[in-house]
Amino acid sequence: MREVLQEFLIESYENLDRIDREFVLLESNPDDREVLASVFRTIHTIKGTAGFLAFERLERLTHVGENLLARLRDGEIRLDSHRTDVLLAMVDSVRAMLADVERDGTDGTNDFAEVVQALEACTADDFATDAAVSLVATAETEVAEEPPASTEDHSSVADTSIRVDVGLLDQLVNLVGELVLARNQLIRTADSGNDPALAATAQQLDHITTSLQERVMRTRMQPIGSVWSRFPRVVRDLAAQCGKSVKLELVGRETELDKSVLEAIKDPLTHLVRNSIDHGIEPSADRVAAGKPAEGTLRLRAYHESGLVNIEIADDGHGLDPDKILNRAIERGLVTSERAATLSEREIVELLFQPGFSTAETVSNISGRGVGMDVVRTNIERIGGSVEMESTLGQGTTVHVKIPLTLAIIPALIVQALGERYAIPQVSLVELVRVDPDAGQRIEWLQDAAVFRLRDRLLPLVHLGRELGGPAELDDAQVLNVVVVRADDCEFGLVVDAVEDTAEIVVKPLGPWLKDLDVFAGATIMGDGVAALILDVLGISRRVGVYAVGNAATRVGDTTEIASNATTQALLIVDIGGGRYAVPMDCVARLEEFAVSDLEHSLGRDVVQYRGGIMPILDVADIVGASSPPRGDAIAVIVVERGEARVGLVVSNVIDVVEDSLATASKSAAFGVRGNAVIGGAVTDVLDVDAIVSTVLVEVG
Amino acid sequence: MSVLGDVQQAATFWVGDNYFGIDVLAVREVVRVHEMTHVPLAAPEISGVINLRGEIVTALDLRRRFGFEPATDIVPANVVVRARDSVVSLLVDAVDDVIPLDSERFEPTPSTLRGETRNMVLGVYRLDDRLLQMIDVDAVIAVGALSPTS
Repeated sequence: MREVLQEFLIESYENLDRIDREFVLLESNPDDREVLASVFRTIHTIKGTAGFLAFERLERLTHVGENLLARLRDGEIRLDSHRTDVLLAMVDSVRAMLADVERDGTDGTNDFAEVVQALEACTADDFATDAAVSLVATAETEVAEEPPASTEDHSSVADTSIRVDVGLLDQLVNLVGELVLARNQLIRTADSGNDPALAATAQQLDHITTSLQERVMRTRMQPIGSVWSRFPRVVRDLAAQCGKSVKLELVGRETELDKSVLEAIKDPLTHLVRNSIDHGIEPSADRVAAGKPAEGTLRLRAYHESGLVNIEIADDGHGLDPDKILNRAIERGLVTSERAATLSEREIVELLFQPGFSTAETVSNISGRGVGMDVVRTNIERIGGSVEMESTLGQGTTVHVKIPLTLAIIPALIVQALGERYAIPQVSLVELVRVDPDAGQRIEWLQDAAVFRLRDRLLPLVHLGRELGGPAELDDAQVLNVVVVRADDCEFGLVVDAVEDTAEIVVKPLGPWLKDLDVFAGATIMGDGVAALILDVLGISRRVGVYAVGNAATRVGDTTEIASNATTQALLIVDIGGGRYAVPMDCVARLEEFAVSDLEHSLGRDVVQYRGGIMPILDVADIVGASSPPRGDAIAVIVVERGEARVGLVVSNVIDVVEDSLATASKSAAFGVRGNAVIGGAVTDVLDVDAIVSTVLVEVG
Repeated sequence: MSVLGDVQQAATFWVGDNYFGIDVLAVREVVRVHEMTHVPLAAPEISGVINLRGEIVTALDLRRRFGFEPATDIVPANVVVRARDSVVSLLVDAVDDVIPLDSERFEPTPSTLRGETRNMVLGVYRLDDRLLQMIDVDAVIAVGALSPTS
């Protein structure tokens, strides 16, 4: 009996979702008999099953609805907006009753008398002359339509697909995860022995496991259309409430996503759609006045791109007004008016994502309920996605949402802290940095906050071990492994004890006991069968408070403030083709002079024999676009070391070594130049030694 | 005590010198897992998580939960129980037999039992050679995010 009930609920919910879509079709084409017949059949089926299961209230409601639908289908009366409203009210009432059935197995206590009355009232309407005939007619059609034609419609799908419980699929994913582990162990055993037959079998098992894993993951994929299916109704209702006219376009509804991801984006997407209608699209009169079509367009588009799912929510409304946003932000104390004047357009848009921001002039019951874009962003970032907004004033706003395909198996970096392994999801990773004191690199302290100069900015450092409750000291005399991660558009460096490897990990939930620990996103099982925790970078950033200063608007200012107090470093000042350039001394291994006659030519470039190896010689002038210095008998060369490799950089003259700060450097777009700064009282270009050296080392490597 | 009315058999185990029992039907399995992954920042009673054939299971240290001295020389056994729609492993010193219960021998919890423990013991069975304390799994697992105070 429970299964019958379950089946009935699943089927009815699906059918009601379809009805919502069908009503939207009917709005533009109210005489479409086929669609009307489909709606009729759905309600008829629910009525039949309700009668069978003795849900009298549900049966009574759907019976009255069916009568109205039968007359509509037969063309005796026409579907107008009033009847649409009444029928939609019926659909909602049916949903409410089904929810009661789901909860306690009864169809509740509310018999929705007013809906029944309204249905009856508009069944009898306009062609009221022959009410008796119509009654007979409905009775007849009921019989005539008895075998629901839906079986015919769906026969092709029914033949090739079956309904499977999601719980079963989840178990399959778990088992495949286990199989992957067992395979890894077997391969390790096979590799260490010398049994060729075992090795061959292990390899075959490897292939099979990989394709099995891929296909099992695919069984959990669902088209995004299953979430979108409720939007036609949402848009219709909202537009009606706001007195606006909105056309909804759905593009790419077949784009597939893992079920868990779909669940997670349902609410954020609904919020964005509501936002567009409530705040984005103007009332028809305003639109016409602005020379736009009276009907606004809301366009949802989904597509796959480089392993991510892209979703765009675009409206052709009035767009974001930077001045309005700024005024609101100042009013709310999110930004000072002095700071506001310096913000770029992008930074202004970022303000929308601040907690406590709402641009709606009045708090409406539609979207201005105190939850705003910050919540949308948080929810999407929790699943490793990102949200961005772009807008042209007067022409519309587009929100770009990017989310991973699946949450179940993700690539991750395995690191160590406090003797345990932790996984950092790849989506949060930016780069890995090794801070080696022997190579002259070091972290610096601003009171008790550690920072590292990474290229032209200060990277705040978070000591993972300490945040996880370990000892507080950070031994800055040792080599430090820094994992640069991004959360909330803000980057910081996680100092870990060791960086292990990247791995595809199977994400598993932590039990309810650990749900309040937002620094962990879940757990996984490593190749050796031991559980490891997955770090939630967003949670860590919030715990540490990186987040508080992390938004783009404040970060720029904060960085300069901090940087101006920063300590100085030794800089080598050189002349290249008449220009003044600086090279941080910690990049310089040695200064040498070579006779031009010592230069040899190999693989299209100058090389020189140096310390038992061959060192490529680069003319920096060529790279930075300065005029080439005339070469005399000898050339001055800066020797740069990268591990075993050495590269020689030719300069015209070495001028000086000075102590100064690079913090005020402005950024440069030119290759090979990091930016310029006032060093030793003169404007000096700072060479990007890493970039210059990479041109030759990549080629060599 | 109606909670125990239906309990026919108890799975029994030892924590320190105490002999405890829980409804055998709540026990999913008993395992010995050596590899425990510590969970930083978690409640002190939570020892960590274990991999139970692909499932991540939270492990609760009953010594800490009952406020006993930590044991240094014992490799605990995991009594895996199903509770609150989830699975949790209770770390005990040693598991003992499954025994039938005789309701004639049941006594309510003596009022002298110390604070925290008292709410977790449903009652006592007078066995021939010793006393069996029946524990309330729901009360025992009210830790961490499930703690009533959290």
